[in-house]
Amino acid sequence: MSSLTEKDRPIVQLLLNTGTCPRCILRFCCVGSQTLYRRPYKDLMKDLKDFLKNNQEKEDMVCFDIVDPPCKRIRLEDTEEGSDDLNHNGALQQIPPVNDENTAPENSAVKVCNVCLGILQEFCEVDFVKKVCQKVNSADYQFTSFVFSVSLPPQLSVRECAAWLLVKQEMGKLGLSLAKDDIVQLKEAYKWIIHPQLSEELDVPADGKSLFEVSVVFAHPETEEECHFLATACPDCFKPAKNKQSVFTRMAVIKALEKIKEEDFLKHFPCPPSSPKNLCVALEIQCNNGAVFVAGRYNKYSRNLPQTPWIIDGERKLESSVEELISEHLIAEFKADSFNFSSSGREDVDVRTLGNGRPFAIELVNPRRIHFTAEEMKGLQQTINNSSDKIQVRDLQLVTRSAIGRMKEGEEEKTKTYSALIWTDKAIQKEDIAFLDDVKELKLDQKTPLRVLHRRPLAVRCRIIHTMKAEYIDEHHFRLHLKTQAGTYIKEFVHGDFGRTKPNIGSLLNRTADILELDVESVDVDWPPTLDN
Amino acid sequence: FSQLQHNNCVSFCRICVITLAEAHPLLQSGKTIKSINYQISANCSRLQNKVSGKSKRVWLSQFLTELAPLCRISSSDGEEYTVYSCIRGRLIEVNENILSNPAILQEKPSTEGYIAVVLPKFEESKSITQGLLTQKEYEEVVAKRLNSS
Repeated sequence: MSSLTEKDRPIVQLLLNTGTCPRCILRFCCVGSQTLYRRPYKDLMKDLKDFLKNNQEKEDMVCFDIVDPPCKRIRLEDTEEGSDDLNHNGALQQIPPVNDENTAPENSAVKVCNVCLGILQEFCEVDFVKKVCQKVNSADYQFTSFVFSVSLPPQLSVRECAAWLLVKQEMGKLGLSLAKDDIVQLKEAYKWIIHPQLSEELDVPADGKSLFEVSVVFAHPETEEECHFLATACPDCFKPAKNKQSVFTRMAVIKALEKIKEEDFLKHFPCPPSSPKNLCVALEIQCNNGAVFVAGRYNKYSRNLPQTPWIIDGERKLESSVEELISEHLIAEFKADSFNFSSSGREDVDVRTLGNGRPFAIELVNPRRIHFTAEEMKGLQQTINNSSDKIQVRDLQLVTRSAIGRMKEGEEEKTKTYSALIWTDKAIQKEDIAFLDDVKELKLDQKTPLRVLHRRPLAVRCRIIHTMKAEYIDEHHFRLHLKTQAGTYIKEFVHGDFGRTKPNIGSLLNRTADILELDVESVDVDWPPTLDN
Repeated sequence: FSQLQHNNCVSFCRICVITLAEAHPLLQSGKTIKSINYQISANCSRLQNKVSGKSKRVWLSQFLTELAPLCRISSSDGEEYTVYSCIRGRLIEVNENILSNPAILQEKPSTEGYIAVVLPKFEESKSITQGLLTQKEYEEVVAKRLNSS
């Protein structure tokens, strides 16, 4: 239904009398025309009053179709429409409760709607729109569209319910029914009105799927306790949640309203709802950009650098970390709040990562800047590489969230190659280690290494060493190159970990062996795509 | 000759490996091991220690105090020795390799011949490591006992 008809007349009259604003009146009459809601407040007020008076000569009346001939009986209770017409400065009009035909009140405060508490009144005006846009612009985000999300105080649902019951009763007298779902939702009507204004001011379209979110939280302290009667009526809807301050969340209130019987509701809550003294307040206006993902591969040249910050009891044990050295420049360029670093496996503090490097992906949270050309990414890569000799990155690029899955699958499935410098207690000759070159697909049983048992569960893992190649150095040293299944503990394969990894180099050579140095030679994952570095 | 606890405790970030210390009678020449038994009592076998659950907080394993016996070892000359935990903590695993191959207990007491792995409580780990003797201190204690007996 796109407009008001004759049968709406009693409803309009009733709601107007009891302190409901024009737009809420349209909602309860199930008017679905977005354009109508966007009309200026004072025009709408005038139109409604004219509709009630049935003044067909006025041209402004085009919005409302009058199906039936004028009904003389129905007139406004208030007779002050004259003073309303006088005030044309765009300010919202007052419906004075008393006969006051003498003066047009200047800067008259509008009577706050008893249903929307001002959301469809003050908060649709240009001043609020400007306030929101000012916040958005000062936050300095890069965006090409926006989604506007609004958090309304729960007591609005209670008042909506009361108003519905009131209208339902009135319509019942005419033999008509009104389902709650037929009423135009407040949030929907609000977005009809405010989206075009925001879009105009910000110069970008509104898009439900946009990654850039502007959110406003509304509150109405004056009526905060209006929901409380629901807790006695439906106690099981309101379970105290640990993290939330109030038990009366929107969801809980809506649930309780669905459960409560109409008679019980009417016992505890005034119908029609009372007129509040104050408007809602906009508590917070916040902006948030969806995360962007940057991927690449890193080399690690230091034997004294952890992957993530090493902090025990609040004290940093080692300076910096792989993730910080890479992310700090990204955070700065993208102007993000924080990051989440993940990689296709990782190496110990004292292990270098050579070859093509290890794939990684960084999630940048709430970035202000999101558009970067390939050239700019290359420049960013150079900046990172210039800033440290401990790590180097390559193939730095923007990727999608779904791409992270490819990296993690690499972690579990793909092979890695290593180079280990091994010491033996008893002397070795070239012949003693030659056989290692012929060992293929060696099966290992590795119990969880002692050095990680404090944070990993005890288990036995079967892993395969695909190939090996030994390079003799001297009687107590040789270098071993190995290609292994993902998840193999190399150090434990060399020294045996108290006999908990079997077989191990010691058992294969019948000596005691230990590992002096370990390097990752390659991580055999073909992601992210190689770039022209 | 009083029973002296001859246990070694090596720790890697809180994890402790219990082994026989060098002056332990069983590691002196001439001793051969007849049997090793992880059954401490009728109801308690260290072999039935369950360490279950993916989350480390859900371990159902046995909690040990300092005097909790880990195993009993009999030597061929009729002596029986009880190896005690010496530290408080959760029993993570006992070394089943020494059951199938008792020789490694004597050949490689500090590595493959270990007795058990114990994880102390986070709050207690520091005080436990501080309560242990260093290698040097241990040698001094042993020397003193030998001199006085």
